[in-house]
Amino acid sequence: MIRTALIALASALTLATVAPLQAAEATPMADNPVVEARLLAISEELRCLVCQNESLAASRAELADDLRREVRKLIHDGKTDAEIRDYLVARYGDFVLYRPPVKPSTWLLWFGPFVILAGAVAGLIAYLRRRSTRVAPATLSDEQKAAAQALLGTPPAPPKDNA
Amino acid sequence: MKRFLIPLGLFLVLVVFLAIGLNRDPHEVPSPLVGKPAPDFKLTVLASPDKQFTPADMRGQVWLLNVWASWCVSCRAEHPLLVAFAKQGGLPIVGLNYKEVRGDGGIDAKKLSADDELTLTRQRAGAWLSQHGDPYTLSVLDMDGRVGIDYGVYGVPETYLIDKKGVIRFKQIGPITPESLEKKILPLARQLATES
Repeated sequence: MIRTALIALASALTLATVAPLQAAEATPMADNPVVEARLLAISEELRCLVCQNESLAASRAELADDLRREVRKLIHDGKTDAEIRDYLVARYGDFVLYRPPVKPSTWLLWFGPFVILAGAVAGLIAYLRRRSTRVAPATLSDEQKAAAQALLGTPPAPPKDNA
Repeated sequence: MKRFLIPLGLFLVLVVFLAIGLNRDPHEVPSPLVGKPAPDFKLTVLASPDKQFTPADMRGQVWLLNVWASWCVSCRAEHPLLVAFAKQGGLPIVGLNYKEVRGDGGIDAKKLSADDELTLTRQRAGAWLSQHGDPYTLSVLDMDGRVGIDYGVYGVPETYLIDKKGVIRFKQIGPITPESLEKKILPLARQLATES
């Protein structure tokens, strides 16, 4: 009990000392929380071109720094989110968007998987239908049943009324 | 027999797709700027501090805009080819010196004043050109990388082939190789030279 309390106190103290340091480092760039929140929302949907599997929000590449600065400036200029995305697409192409737009050249990307899925489901249904008509239900004659039971060493079951 | 053909066929299709995918360089992102007018800029010329250059100055000529920096390792690999090409008088090449000081991880550019940064940029870029040769008609200084963003630069070196009307016709991402020069840039440049 005392131990947990001590740990909680220690972590609270650590946070208390570390948090202001981080805040102090971030201030020159992040002076306006509203702008920063929008910057984060926009840049999480954008790809960093240098390290391509990272978002612009997460990347520490220098170009990402420059582009974040640019987006911040555009926000200050009163541009909408769509205008900011267009600004970057005009320079770097659709590749910067993690959510590519739906247009003829990306139809295959957007709908391809569903087409393949539909094809697979249709194929499966056709296959199952064909199989159910072709394979007759397995039935055993009385002799076969008796032979099987003799082999298994179990007493014969009482005869069924429909056999 | 037939039941093996279908999975085999699907597998071959998969192999073809994977082969195409593996042979493509994911760092070569097609530029949306090809076919569009080269973005305008006005930047100071490296060799003459009181002069400024803008792409409109090259109107009527087919030219190359080559993005470089002294800290860029691939530029060093590409450079001898550019120097040789310039000696043959192939095409005018304008150098866009990209973030000469800020792009160098070893320097904390935030501590420098604007004037100091300009001086250092001139020193470093000038020294590099006198050491490795200067293939450029002129070089301009893009110290903060703003023009680079307008041109969609994301990895130096990059080279743009611009036609007489100022339209970007081709973009080379990464160093120019003898092959890309012979097979892509030169044939296209010859064709562009005949256009009015």
